[in-house]
Amino acid sequence: MAFKFTEENLQRIENSKKKYPTNLAAVMDACYIGQEQNGYISNEVMAEIAEVLDIDKVNVLGVVTFYTMYFQKPMGKYHIQICTNVSCMLRGGYEIWETVKDKLGIENMGVTEDSKFSLEEVECMGACGYAPMIAVNEDFYENLTKEKVLEIIDSLK
Amino acid sequence: MEQNIKIVLPEIPNLHELDVYIQNGGFNAAKKAFTQSPDDLIEQVKKSGLRGRGGAAFSAGLKWSFMPKTTDKPKYLAINGDESEPGSFKDRQIFEYNPHQLIEGILITCYAIGAKTAYIYIRGEYHKWIRLMQKALDDAYSKGCIGEKMKDTFNTEFFCDIYIHKGAGAYICGEESSLMNSLEGHRGYPRVKPPFPAQRGLWGCPTTINNVETITNVPKIIENGWEWFSKIGAEKHPGTILYGISGHVNKPGVYELPTGILLTELIYDIAGGVAGNKKIKCVIPGGSSMPPLRGDQLEGIRMDAESLKAAGSAIGTAGVMVMDEDTDLLRVLARITKFYYHESCGQCTPCREGTGWMLKTLNRMIEGNATSDDIDLLIEVANNIEGNTVCALGDAAAWPVKFMLDRFRDEFEKYVKTDVSLPVRNKVHAMRGTVVPLVDVKR
Repeated sequence: MAFKFTEENLQRIENSKKKYPTNLAAVMDACYIGQEQNGYISNEVMAEIAEVLDIDKVNVLGVVTFYTMYFQKPMGKYHIQICTNVSCMLRGGYEIWETVKDKLGIENMGVTEDSKFSLEEVECMGACGYAPMIAVNEDFYENLTKEKVLEIIDSLK
Repeated sequence: MEQNIKIVLPEIPNLHELDVYIQNGGFNAAKKAFTQSPDDLIEQVKKSGLRGRGGAAFSAGLKWSFMPKTTDKPKYLAINGDESEPGSFKDRQIFEYNPHQLIEGILITCYAIGAKTAYIYIRGEYHKWIRLMQKALDDAYSKGCIGEKMKDTFNTEFFCDIYIHKGAGAYICGEESSLMNSLEGHRGYPRVKPPFPAQRGLWGCPTTINNVETITNVPKIIENGWEWFSKIGAEKHPGTILYGISGHVNKPGVYELPTGILLTELIYDIAGGVAGNKKIKCVIPGGSSMPPLRGDQLEGIRMDAESLKAAGSAIGTAGVMVMDEDTDLLRVLARITKFYYHESCGQCTPCREGTGWMLKTLNRMIEGNATSDDIDLLIEVANNIEGNTVCALGDAAAWPVKFMLDRFRDEFEKYVKTDVSLPVRNKVHAMRGTVVPLVDVKR
């Protein structure tokens, strides 16, 4: 199925292009915008990005596969990212990870059947002093306990 | 020593708002700077002794002086706010609480090095802080503090633009040449140096890359003079540092204090000591890449580049991770190694293969299937990564393994046995050391 950017998003990509001397540099912004509109970056989205920016498709593919924040498959409505790196681990990051994994019944990069939740074990998110932490989509939740994290997940509708 | 001097994060309510920042003397340093010559400014920053806060602690003024004076190409400034080092969470405080001082620092730096465009590279996970920084930029643009309107505001011929570039989750992009590739829209592969960024940086043009915290120091140096700055903290590494303390302490968080304070003071007085009054087993003083220190050897260690070097570690990003006596160092080391295995960009073989090999060996140790040979094997693999890669990620992956095993060998010996009967997974390995020749060669 062909993918087309909305007028508004095309304008956002235009604005992004103005920041840089080359179109290629806007590819990361364009990927974010594509992911936002489509939910994930499919081959059609990549083709459209290449078309809009007038760059090779392989450049888009290279970027999408290199960076971990671009998804090539549909993720849940709430993408839950749990840090288990050292600072979080020392303060119970793995307990949080196990708790959430059991609660949702999915593995790393898994999606629940109703597409409501997806789960990712992430590397340091820069909240080490407020560990353990999780991020739900774009929001950070810090200084967590098992009880708090379950409360957060229950509150997501 | 003056403890409550704050340069980067002054305790002024609502300082993140442009009006409050201007009321508190904001942009006075920029006005002052634009009346001086760029060379003068570089000289002042050089004399102040300001060193990079991103890990390498390289002289900021010296770095600026590498920029060519005459060139027909545009020059660029890139601000490194990728902040992905485990244990480091300081730059986000600047984006949140003092973004305009960062902007002012960027204006002065651009003027000093002759750049017309600056990019702030912020890691993608920092959605909230990107929004806060973008708002600060928008406000500053509309007040005429950035862009063409600067000419009227500051009564100068100079102007520059500042943009945010959003990363997308790659630790490697904190490495300066990888950051440039990422900014240009490529995969974040580090480049071979030389040529250094000052000769061939962004789009082949002269580029300077500085850490967020480094640049936020600049306005205060220009405003109060380099003599003032050079007298704060340690002699060879002056100023204040945002110490990020995490792990088993009672009051983790970011604290701005002068360089050269005692590590023990930082842990016990500032961060409230270790939870449950336990002993300290291990401290990583500068983010997970830096060599760890033994808890029983912390006395007298000061937090500045020279002292930590003498103590066998490095200041890094000043992300201090404290581990109490009950910590399982094997699991910590395996987790650190897993991180580098995950973040290795895959460009250089020693790092790509070595990190995975180290992780496998450490996991084998966790399973209880390791012999004491494996400790030496790990050190050997680490030594073969260190110094053999394009960028410093290889060293960063090798150091924790190498130094942790060396300094806590007693700890790791507990996990290994002298004799392990491994399940045979590899036929060739199983035949090694037997009388049966590996390959039946007919001569």
